[in-house]
Amino acid sequence: MSVGKSATPLGKVRGLGSAQHGGHHWLEERAISVALLLLSMWLIFSLVMLPAYDRETMVEWLRSPWGAVPMALFVITAFKHGLDGLKVAVDDYVHDEGNRLAVHIFLRMAAVAGAAVSLFALAKIAFGAPAA
Amino acid sequence: MPSTHPRPLSPHLTIWRWGPGMLVSILHRVTGGALAVAGLAVLAWWLIAISGGDESYAKFVEVATHPVSLIVLAGLTWAFWQHTFSGLRHLVLDTGAGYELRTNRFWAVMTVAGSLFATALTWFFLMGVGR
Repeated sequence: MSVGKSATPLGKVRGLGSAQHGGHHWLEERAISVALLLLSMWLIFSLVMLPAYDRETMVEWLRSPWGAVPMALFVITAFKHGLDGLKVAVDDYVHDEGNRLAVHIFLRMAAVAGAAVSLFALAKIAFGAPAA
Repeated sequence: MPSTHPRPLSPHLTIWRWGPGMLVSILHRVTGGALAVAGLAVLAWWLIAISGGDESYAKFVEVATHPVSLIVLAGLTWAFWQHTFSGLRHLVLDTGAGYELRTNRFWAVMTVAGSLFATALTWFFLMGVGR
């Protein structure tokens, strides 16, 4: 069968082999899930281990590199994982192609904005003055 | 002759018989959605409140410790554990393991039992009972 002369989409690609990165998105989603699993365990245990929940304690914790760095990673990973998940749900329920594209664009902007605002707040805590 | 009958649809919620696997699958999506929308909003709000100073943090504590908020936060804690345990189950299923009917059903039930237990345990410690 000659390659590239078929009229159907399947016929056009048959025999060409895989594009080699079809599994990339799937694999990345799992890698991020595992990272978020570790980071969220860190967050839960840290919160449980904090001696108190007043602002002074929070600031002291998040000013330390042991608080600020994992928290920054948690924020990035959580927003990325949340975006990935919501996009999959939208793919299942929003059938119109135009609406789907619009919702995807909105979700991306919301996730990036949310992560940016959270990271800015965290930076302000981490590099700001210690709580009085 | 073209049929005027509607095309057959794949079975959906209204036609499936409920079982642990189906329940956990639905819960995975629902809890994921709740965490992505409400959970991340709380995360951002909490960090902003801390960064804003004593007054803004006091306001956060006031709103977050309202009984209604506590129910929402407890719900998000449960959603977190349910999604986490269910997600771990999915990582195992992704390797091709755990599809035997009894095994599959057992671990589906275990994610629900585990999430309820872990939620109780988390709040037990958060409220300082375990200290």
